[in-house]
Amino acid sequence: MTARMEQRFADVAAEGRPVLVTYFMGGDPDFETSLAIMRALPKAGADIIELGVPFSDPMADGPAIQLAGQRALKGGQTLAKTLELARRFRMEDQGTPIVLMGYYNPIYIYGVERFLADAVAAGVDGLIVVDLPPEMDDELCIPALAKGISFIRLATPTTDDRRLPKVLENTSGFVYYVSMTGITGSALPDPSLIAGAVGRIKSHTDLPVCVGFGVKTAEHARVIGASADGVVVGTAIVNQIASSLTEDGHATEATVPGVEALVRGLSAGVRAARLAAAE
Amino acid sequence: MNQPPRPNSFRAGPDEDGRFGIFGGRFVAETLMPLILDLQDEWNKAKSDPAFKAELEELGAHYIGRPSPLYFAERLTAELGGAKIYFKREELNHTGSHKINNCIGQILLAKRMGKTRIIAETGAGQHGVASATVAARFGLPCVVYMGATDVERQAPNVFRMKLLGAEVKPVTAGHGTLKDAMNEALRDWVTNVDSTYYLIGTAAGPHPYPEMVRDFQAVIGQEAKEQMIKAEGRLPDLVVAAVGGGSNAIGIFHPFLDDDGVRIVGVEAGGKGLGGDEHCASITAGSPGVLHGNRTYLLQDGDGQIKEGHSISAGLDYPGIGPEHAWLNDIGRVEYVPIMDHEALEAFQTLTRLEGIIPALEPSHALAEVIKRAPKMGKDEIILMNLSGRGDKDIFTVGKLLGMGQ
Repeated sequence: MTARMEQRFADVAAEGRPVLVTYFMGGDPDFETSLAIMRALPKAGADIIELGVPFSDPMADGPAIQLAGQRALKGGQTLAKTLELARRFRMEDQGTPIVLMGYYNPIYIYGVERFLADAVAAGVDGLIVVDLPPEMDDELCIPALAKGISFIRLATPTTDDRRLPKVLENTSGFVYYVSMTGITGSALPDPSLIAGAVGRIKSHTDLPVCVGFGVKTAEHARVIGASADGVVVGTAIVNQIASSLTEDGHATEATVPGVEALVRGLSAGVRAARLAAAE
Repeated sequence: MNQPPRPNSFRAGPDEDGRFGIFGGRFVAETLMPLILDLQDEWNKAKSDPAFKAELEELGAHYIGRPSPLYFAERLTAELGGAKIYFKREELNHTGSHKINNCIGQILLAKRMGKTRIIAETGAGQHGVASATVAARFGLPCVVYMGATDVERQAPNVFRMKLLGAEVKPVTAGHGTLKDAMNEALRDWVTNVDSTYYLIGTAAGPHPYPEMVRDFQAVIGQEAKEQMIKAEGRLPDLVVAAVGGGSNAIGIFHPFLDDDGVRIVGVEAGGKGLGGDEHCASITAGSPGVLHGNRTYLLQDGDGQIKEGHSISAGLDYPGIGPEHAWLNDIGRVEYVPIMDHEALEAFQTLTRLEGIIPALEPSHALAEVIKRAPKMGKDEIILMNLSGRGDKDIFTVGKLLGMGQ
């Protein structure tokens, strides 16, 4: 795990609250707007940034993130430019961990060794690669760990106790619990089930457990944050960006402030989470 | 590039991780992994279960109509004036193509696993029809994902699926073809993983699908081998099949892979030519990448984004290919060549007029390659081609292209 990731989890834990992890698609709708959004996120209360890498065939994503990826690709976004986003952000912010999230093919085509060297240079702290399960660890996970980049694994409701040790074996940074079987942007399941699942994962690992898929409002963030070490919000942010764009998909004056306002609300939610747990 | 050393057998793959050389594998979301491992267990058990084999053979004989005939195309052979041409008549199977061989096998597995809902992707609609058919036969609800473009150009098959009780969901993403249908089927599967069996139609996707589909389709090559020996007393000199994802091709190729004297050719969709983007020749014009659960040859750009491709034939309109084909190409056992839209269209008409057989546009690609090669071969040589599907579904597309008024 990078020192930056470790530090951030420690600092936030000292505040007695869960971390707020915010996802957005790099390059949606264009590079400069994306950079402005990324810079605004920590100021609005985001603790960790998941930076989406667009892919033409996002098999595990719902319509909102699919469309965001298409907008980004249309705007000329590539993996190289997504690394450039991270590098530019890192010049001004040394404290906020960046996790790149996407699919394997763009990385495979870029070249694994070259990608990892460039990711380290850009100040990337972790990777979430949706289509690389533990069975495929030799591809990217092991080389990434050797370079000090965390490989964050998704655990799901189908990851039973038999499977969990395999999933956790090479996981580092944090565990991302996907709160449902399904694609991104679906409805949120019962919070008590989530609390049970988080407890089950924590009985297998000392890593922080962050929960995502379906978190849309400050109230969701508050309820989930009561049991989890972190709350991941993605589709809600992507939808907020989409709703601010012109008809032909260009950014407006409302794009960056809209994201800021949403994240500020979510941030208030996670800050109230442990109060909720104590009630 | 160095040619890898020749293996003892070309039929031993995949390894236990589902790899054929560097190709294949299990590149899927974690949500699907437990299910894929369950499927692999069930498949391993079924493979060695005599009851499973017996049920498969019983349904093969009485429901599908196996063995399919081996037919000597006498007039086509005379017209071309070279090698003797034989067709493996998979288009005479129930539902009109080879797709049913795989569907029967997989639905028996789905039943064994206690699944209560079937999903499938389809391009030309042949796999969708075969899936809807076995779902009806076994009393399971079935949802078929089909690109919106394909829904339009393969209307007769859409109607058949609906009559069979399946729900056809048009997919508008991308170009609305097979790739997009597969993405949407995977999304459904991830969401309904407990109840749902994903009946993949081609020899691609995450392990164990490429191996499993191949084994269900290998009945084509096994029968053809016996039939050829009975008819000619020897094996063919050349085996030809069309390749989209590659299930009909691997089905007829696999039993011949270790027969040294048999040359094998897979025919890809060259579309409007390999110069631009309007083709689906993943091996001849693509490069290795990772999509839909496996590493294989793909049509992609320099950033690893998958291209859409194009083919006159909806069944070949896919920017990838099964991983075993990718390996067979790299190791030099099978030769892969492109055939253009217009060549397939000509072959379609040739067969229709000379033999009274209306082929699907997919095997019309294989036929166009046979038409090129047969005249250059000796009269004592033998070509075996997989006539994988019938062309009823394509008559409106072809009629439109030929300007026959409707």
